[in-house]
Amino acid sequence: MHAIEVVNLTKQFGDLIAVNAVSFTVEDGEIFGLLGPNGAGKTTLIRMLTTLTPITSGVARVGGFDIVREQDAVRHTLGVIPQAFTSDPELTAEENMLIHAKLYGIASAQRAELIHRLLESVDLLKFKSKLVRTFSGGMRRRLEIARGLVHSPKIMFLDEPTTGLDPVSRTNVWEMIRRLRDESHLTILLTTHYMDEADKLCDRIAIVDHGKLVALDTPTRLKDSIPGTDAVEAEFVNAPADWIGQLQKLSHAASVTSRDSAVHIASNDGPATVAALMDLARAKNVTVKRVSVQGTTLDDVFLHYTGNALRDAANDGASYDIRHLYR
Amino acid sequence: MNFYRMWALVERDLRKFFRSPALMMSSMIFPLMQLIVLGYAFGGKITNVTVAVVDHDHTAESWRVRESFAGVATGPKMFHVVDYNSLPPALNDLHAGIVGGIVEIPRNFSRRTYANDRPRLALIVDNTDQFVSSSLETEMQGIVDQLNSPSVTPRLASNVALNVVEVYPYIAYVKYLLPGSIAMSIFIVAMIGGGITFIDDKARGLHEGYLVTPIHKSELVMGLNLAGTVKGLMAGLVLTFIGGLIAGIPRLWDPVRLFYLIIVVAIASLTMISFMFFVMVRVDDPLVPRAIFGVLNTLLFFPSGAIYPTQGFPFWLKWISVIDPFTYTVHALRNLLLRGSGIEGIYRDVLILMGISALMITGSIALFKRQI
Repeated sequence: MHAIEVVNLTKQFGDLIAVNAVSFTVEDGEIFGLLGPNGAGKTTLIRMLTTLTPITSGVARVGGFDIVREQDAVRHTLGVIPQAFTSDPELTAEENMLIHAKLYGIASAQRAELIHRLLESVDLLKFKSKLVRTFSGGMRRRLEIARGLVHSPKIMFLDEPTTGLDPVSRTNVWEMIRRLRDESHLTILLTTHYMDEADKLCDRIAIVDHGKLVALDTPTRLKDSIPGTDAVEAEFVNAPADWIGQLQKLSHAASVTSRDSAVHIASNDGPATVAALMDLARAKNVTVKRVSVQGTTLDDVFLHYTGNALRDAANDGASYDIRHLYR
Repeated sequence: MNFYRMWALVERDLRKFFRSPALMMSSMIFPLMQLIVLGYAFGGKITNVTVAVVDHDHTAESWRVRESFAGVATGPKMFHVVDYNSLPPALNDLHAGIVGGIVEIPRNFSRRTYANDRPRLALIVDNTDQFVSSSLETEMQGIVDQLNSPSVTPRLASNVALNVVEVYPYIAYVKYLLPGSIAMSIFIVAMIGGGITFIDDKARGLHEGYLVTPIHKSELVMGLNLAGTVKGLMAGLVLTFIGGLIAGIPRLWDPVRLFYLIIVVAIASLTMISFMFFVMVRVDDPLVPRAIFGVLNTLLFFPSGAIYPTQGFPFWLKWISVIDPFTYTVHALRNLLLRGSGIEGIYRDVLILMGISALMITGSIALFKRQI
């Protein structure tokens, strides 16, 4: 049995299809990532799977329970860390944990020790009596992860867990997520629009764009699935009209595309392609304004499958979550 | 329904409430200020109204009338008299608000008195102020009745006399207003706790944290309503005692009356919070409860009989008072605090309030969106 099973799940808001017949499975103990820009449908998908939003059509099972017919059982099985901070700022860290423990029916004899252990595991024990409104974003996120574990769920959903956090806090959260999976054999489904987060954390990644699942595999295989192992990017001055055609003949160049003012070359040997590019430009009296080479990233994968760079698509997405206005 | 899950929400709310005394203070300050200012601004006896006397007659009979005024002016001091030589300047001063009324003794007053020809006095009042004008009219009519009573009392009394017996000692307006102020403090807690805070938490996304847990929507609704009831009960009781001391309510600590007061304030709190929750259950915009606070306050408080008896309302306003939970709260509290009644004076109001609560809670559970 899969930990999570999704078959043709769809969510429609009026004329807008936010999630369009998405299907995938997640295995026990896997860290599964949904990667896509804002407005891709990731949060809507996760809200359906966590019974927060009704579905339009399709079927999904979480922990073996149907998300429509067995909602109570689903809620007992999973822990959810929503995108927005949901811990109560007017309560202390310990009180937040305590209220959640009571909501999940944790026996009173076990609560104190459980809360102590969980707060210690997220390095918040010494802040347990502080009001949450005094916490930094990273601390609050760690508290919510601890809170989400109070009932020992089998499956955790994390919606954009490091959005808005500073780099140090992000790293801390990543380490925590890895530790959760390694120590508790938790199944984790997380959504993100950060490619480095998906690349570093996830066993498998599903790329989502405009509500559709466009690719699904391990990070390595996704990068291998696109032409070239390196990405060369360059800007030119005085380039002739057939410059793209000429660049396609460069050694090791797998594909050449033009985007904004830059040329993007997928290459099997980035340094060799750069050397050949410089020779060609010198020969044709074209000035190279800028050139860079790096290994293929998930941004290149996203570009290959959707036609947009992940960072560009992030500005294109529309969000229907008005709660952003009040944070 | 899982009681422990429901109580977890009550505990959450109460922890936040005790950590922020601002809500308790704000729910008491406004009703207390209203009690003190309105209570002492209204209901006092009208005194020191300037009354102009224009005597065209200047005879013994007209002097008799003027001596009667002087007696009232020096005794109860309801008005003080100022002589005018003619009517026009007195009228000018009446229009300017300098005098509150004019008594005109006509030229042939004494001749008509001696001829038993129904002599008349004119009382010209400024009826833009109905309190002053009606008080003047009543006082003047009393003076005229005294002037008309015979100097020798007949041996056999043939006129019908009216003996007035007041059941309770004099009730100052501030006491009359106290039940409404208590109801107001409960309403403010309901509005802030059940309306504004609920919507603000929803807008901040805090509800999402609870909706992913196994809590049922009935437990959510009941838990939030119970939390508001406890807060309203505390605010209501505090105002009962502070307001009762200010207004001079006797025997505030009587244990039986205290017991009934707790019941009434608790049921009233549940009714107000469930009413507010029902109104807000589908609202998402934090501006809405703030915008309608004043409107609801007016619609609920003024038609309740808190400041003026409902018997004086037009029929459409009477219908508002019939469905208004404030009405039954004020009536029950007035019975307990002013009339000293027991269970017989409150059971009907309590049952109606419980019925309204049940209706509001049922409606809230039906309308509450478990999914977003």
